[in-house]
Amino acid sequence: MMTMLGGEPFLLVSKQEQQNYPLYIRSVPSDSELKFHYTVHTSLDVVEEKVSAVGKVIVDQRELYLGLLYPTEDYKVYGYVTNSKVKFVIVVDSSNTSLRDNEIRSMFRKLHNSFTDVMCNPFYNPGDPIQSKVFDSMVSSMMVQTC
Amino acid sequence: MSPAQWDLPPELCCRPMAFVALTGLDVVYNAVHRAIWDAFCANRRADRVPISFKVLPGDHEYPKCRTKRTSYEWYIPKGILKTGWMNKHLNLVPALVVLFYELDWDEPQWKEKQSECATKVEIVRTSLQGRNTKVAVVLIQKKTPLPPGEDVMASERAAALCNACDLSGKSLFVLPHTDHLVGYIIRLENAFYEHAQTYYYTEIRRVKSHKEFLNKTTHQLLFVRHQFKTAFFSELKQDTQNALKYYRAAYSLIHELRTHETNILEIKTMAGFINYKICRLCFQHNTPLDAIAQFRKHIDLCKKKIGSAELAFEHAAWMSKQFQYFGDLFDEAIKLGLTAIQTQNPGFYYQQAAHYAQERKRLAFQLCGGPEANLGYPAPDPLETPTGILDFYGQRAWRQGHQSIDPPDPEKEKGGILALQGREKEVPHSELIIALLSNAVAQFKKYKCPRMKSRLMVQMGEEYYHTKDYAKALKLLDYVMCDYRTERWWGLLTSILGTALRCSYLMAQVKDYVSYSMELVGRASMLREDQKSRIQKNVAKVLKNEPPEAEPDCDPSAVKAAQALWNERGSQASGEDLILEVQDSVPFVQCKARFLHPSFHLDVPVQLHVFLLTDSPHPVRFSKLCVSLSNQDYNQYCVVDSLGQAPAQEDMCLVPGRTHRYSFRFVARPEDVGKKIEITGVDLMLGSENGRCIFLNWRGGGGDAASSHEALQATRSFKRRGLEPQISVQLHHEPPALNNEMYCMMVTIQSHEDIVARDLKLTAGLKPGQDANLSHTTHVTLDGSKMCDDSHRALLPDIPMGDLQPQEKMEKPLSIRCSTTGPRIFLVHVAYTVDTCIEGRDIVCKCHKDETVTIETVVPFEVAVKFVSTKFEHLEHVFVDVPFLLMTDILSMSPWPLHLVTSELQLAPTMAAVDQPASQVEEVVLQTGESASECFCLTCPPVHHGTTGVASGQYVMSWKRKSANATIPVVNTVITLPHVAVETIPLYVHADLPSFGRVRESLPVKYHIQNRTAIVQEVEMSVEPSDAFMFSGLKQVRLRILPGTEQDMLYNFYPLMAGYQMLPLLNINLLRLPAVSGQLLRRFLPSRIFIKVTFNGPANSGIESGARCWSYPSLILTVSQRRSSKVLRQKMGRTVPLLCPPSPNRLSRR
Repeated sequence: MMTMLGGEPFLLVSKQEQQNYPLYIRSVPSDSELKFHYTVHTSLDVVEEKVSAVGKVIVDQRELYLGLLYPTEDYKVYGYVTNSKVKFVIVVDSSNTSLRDNEIRSMFRKLHNSFTDVMCNPFYNPGDPIQSKVFDSMVSSMMVQTC
Repeated sequence: MSPAQWDLPPELCCRPMAFVALTGLDVVYNAVHRAIWDAFCANRRADRVPISFKVLPGDHEYPKCRTKRTSYEWYIPKGILKTGWMNKHLNLVPALVVLFYELDWDEPQWKEKQSECATKVEIVRTSLQGRNTKVAVVLIQKKTPLPPGEDVMASERAAALCNACDLSGKSLFVLPHTDHLVGYIIRLENAFYEHAQTYYYTEIRRVKSHKEFLNKTTHQLLFVRHQFKTAFFSELKQDTQNALKYYRAAYSLIHELRTHETNILEIKTMAGFINYKICRLCFQHNTPLDAIAQFRKHIDLCKKKIGSAELAFEHAAWMSKQFQYFGDLFDEAIKLGLTAIQTQNPGFYYQQAAHYAQERKRLAFQLCGGPEANLGYPAPDPLETPTGILDFYGQRAWRQGHQSIDPPDPEKEKGGILALQGREKEVPHSELIIALLSNAVAQFKKYKCPRMKSRLMVQMGEEYYHTKDYAKALKLLDYVMCDYRTERWWGLLTSILGTALRCSYLMAQVKDYVSYSMELVGRASMLREDQKSRIQKNVAKVLKNEPPEAEPDCDPSAVKAAQALWNERGSQASGEDLILEVQDSVPFVQCKARFLHPSFHLDVPVQLHVFLLTDSPHPVRFSKLCVSLSNQDYNQYCVVDSLGQAPAQEDMCLVPGRTHRYSFRFVARPEDVGKKIEITGVDLMLGSENGRCIFLNWRGGGGDAASSHEALQATRSFKRRGLEPQISVQLHHEPPALNNEMYCMMVTIQSHEDIVARDLKLTAGLKPGQDANLSHTTHVTLDGSKMCDDSHRALLPDIPMGDLQPQEKMEKPLSIRCSTTGPRIFLVHVAYTVDTCIEGRDIVCKCHKDETVTIETVVPFEVAVKFVSTKFEHLEHVFVDVPFLLMTDILSMSPWPLHLVTSELQLAPTMAAVDQPASQVEEVVLQTGESASECFCLTCPPVHHGTTGVASGQYVMSWKRKSANATIPVVNTVITLPHVAVETIPLYVHADLPSFGRVRESLPVKYHIQNRTAIVQEVEMSVEPSDAFMFSGLKQVRLRILPGTEQDMLYNFYPLMAGYQMLPLLNINLLRLPAVSGQLLRRFLPSRIFIKVTFNGPANSGIESGARCWSYPSLILTVSQRRSSKVLRQKMGRTVPLLCPPSPNRLSRR
């Protein structure tokens, strides 16, 4: 699952079990949308590596935020993994200096809360793409903020 | 300028080494010189000092040194670094010139030689005029020199030579041409190295000394140049730490330069050079993080310095090269032992390099026009210089040395830009991009980034597409498509498929074209409906053998070629069948096939359903649907086509969004009973015979990459089952079985079939597949009247039972004998055939019914055997010829009443019965837990001396269960009696006395004392007085008994009291054998006797009437709960004790 936002692409990826297909993708409408998809997809390499490393060392398992996954020339990619191994990825423009680690962290927390609400919906079938107005508007508000 | 203009010059990338020139060596004709030269330069290992040697002729002209500038006041530098400078100091200006000269100390013509040498030195000095280059002389000598100080002539002549040549003593060397050449050479070159170090040190000082003349306004370029030179000399001096320091200083100075359009290229070029050096040294110092930080800083500083907009592609090219070189350095460092990680590896730099290369290509296309655009190359070529090379790095050929803000000549500037654009058009951009991408792919593969790898492969594929190498493009795209499919990133898959579709269209690859089209039309595609509709129409055209419409965004010239290809394909390939494996992609038709049940009975036709659903925008018409099964004979029944049963036309047309169901049914063959039959594939044929046929083939029961497979697996196969048997099999028996008995089991078979069950066959017995030992210890027979033996088998197969009419009942008794205990599983299998008819076909059905039963075998009873004395005292051992008792206890363990038919004691020859032993338990019935006992009086005949234990014999029980009828044979259980220890005694005593006495009536007792030894025994006997008896006889006597004879002692006891009374104790002492105590002998004698009361005076008294010899009864009672021995004892007395009034006391006093 993933989202992207205005100026700052902003993505969320989910995986169910060993699968890494997107539950939700949202990005600022632009020509390079496909490129963002690729960026998010490739960032899963790092997410998977980090998640498997966590399993080995058994660090603080309550820490879901994976931090900056890797820097590219143009974007910064951040990751977050819930305990049920749903992955969130946010991509922001690397020129955007207003978003520090703490802001990103709170964005992830908001996303996670909202995602939990989606999961609580009895009509939502886990693993299906997310189609929720509330979730959409939450993501939109976050994307507007970061613009 | 060549396309490699962006490459770093080789002299920058090499490791600088001190340059030492060797002269006076004739390496071509002189073997000695050749050997010396080889020792210098051949097989240089890493531990040798870093010097690059060169052989030059003695009169070689070294580059001229320009006259020293005394003032920089009016000097305006023309550029930062001259292109020849690095090469000059690496390869042209030596740090040291070494003159080799053959001269021995004892040379007869010393004077002449000395002056010749001096002349040669002078020549070299002259050609080095103005340089600080050192000169050294090496004398090649034939003789091994003496140790220093010993050869007076040598030191004298050496001093003279130094003087003549104006050399310091440190610069004169001797090289004896002997065996240890390499050793001498290594010492020599170490000395050279020291000289070179000094040279470069002075050079650094010299360059630094210029600094004070410079001012910051006009000489900014010189600041950079001087820092760079100091750094480079430091590197030559192998002082990398300082070199790094100077390069860093140079780097910060270069960014202080004022930048404008005319010098930006020069600044970037030099910044790139210095950055390269810094990064290289950082990696060399094993501080990779510093290198990365420096590189990031470099990129950040230079990213925006694009320069002239018309030459923007140059900036992209330069950026690309920066990343590429950094990637190379990084990779190099890894090869030397550095460890990289997933998020920091050379791949990222190559990827970025590729990104800028793509950018360069885009800009080049934008600025220089497409391949058709002809800008007109200016003549004369403004990029040509008179020397063919530039004077300074990073300058324009048409205005070299120009440093002011505005170009000197706008016309020339225009021509120059045009020429550069013209050259850029010839650059093979795609090749560069692909090379960089494949570098990156290799790195990402190494550092566990499969997705990044896939992404770059997509980019490579797209680049190949742009270079019109469609085959390679398709190969790459096809490879990664699977990854995106399995990860279900449909958005990305759609984009890749779009490119792949164009490739396959342009190559007119029918199969690929159709396969990609179907996936793009299918549900995994994110294309808009109108796009899907267009593609589906194209597929329809292909099916009709017409060329499809061109894909949008294709190169028009390529489309033309492709159309021709399609027409050609169309004409030659009519009726061609294309088989597409669609299992692993997501085609526009979804298919699922399943059997209605996981298993079918033989008399029910097999049913299977195929579901088809299309996601395309337009209906799909198919011409055939067939299902393949693992038994191909059934395939003929599972076909839908226009020829066969001719289904309605609408059935052959799939309406989008509606699930179509096709049902098939067939009668399975009887021989497939029990076999598993699977759907191996489903084929859907599109198109027709007169156009093109395309088969979509699903392996197994359908499903594709986008559907979940788990649910399908279950219903993909079915098992053929026989008819449900309509008979009942019942078993009547009374478990558990008793060990060794003929266990009776009644098998009752009743038919509930409506028709006759024919050829009934019964298989009964031990179920196969259990412990192998069980089959040896289990025997089954139909004849229950005889005992089974080992010749009987454990399983009776196929007992013919004939036919069974409906509702008829049949019984068959089975007898089983189990000779070991434990559980066994028995199988009763009834097989028969019935004739039946399904859908008009007569079928002989085989049916069978199995019953299994687990039967436990238990021990029926336990027998305990013990030896006791005639007084029922426990015996450790028996005495020869002394009677004793053998007692057997039979305890029933069977849950069913046990009928003991008889028992028999089979004595061993070492035992003898005292009387005829008859069975005492004959026809006794024992309930569970009850026990019966028998008692036999035996003696042991004399044994050979030394024998301790003797066999007793066997005890045979004959029994059966109470419920068994008379025909069932009796089971004989043999129990081997234990061995018993036997001892002989020297003296045996036994007594004759009546069974009871009466008060005040004489009671004669006779003691027999028997000497069983071979010698005369002296015996001392005494009778102790007793309150209960008076007696007459010898109270104390000593007597001799001859060997083997018996002495009788008669006593007349006169009882005084009634009831059980202790007899007066008889003490016997054997004087010869004190070991045999009276205690032991007393065991053979009765200790008590019952005394009755008399009322009528002493009537019928006397030994004859009242007394009888003590006899040993062999009667036993069967009583429950082991009370037998007590009762037995009472019986032994032959009288029932009565209440006896106490006898008058005075009588006892008489």
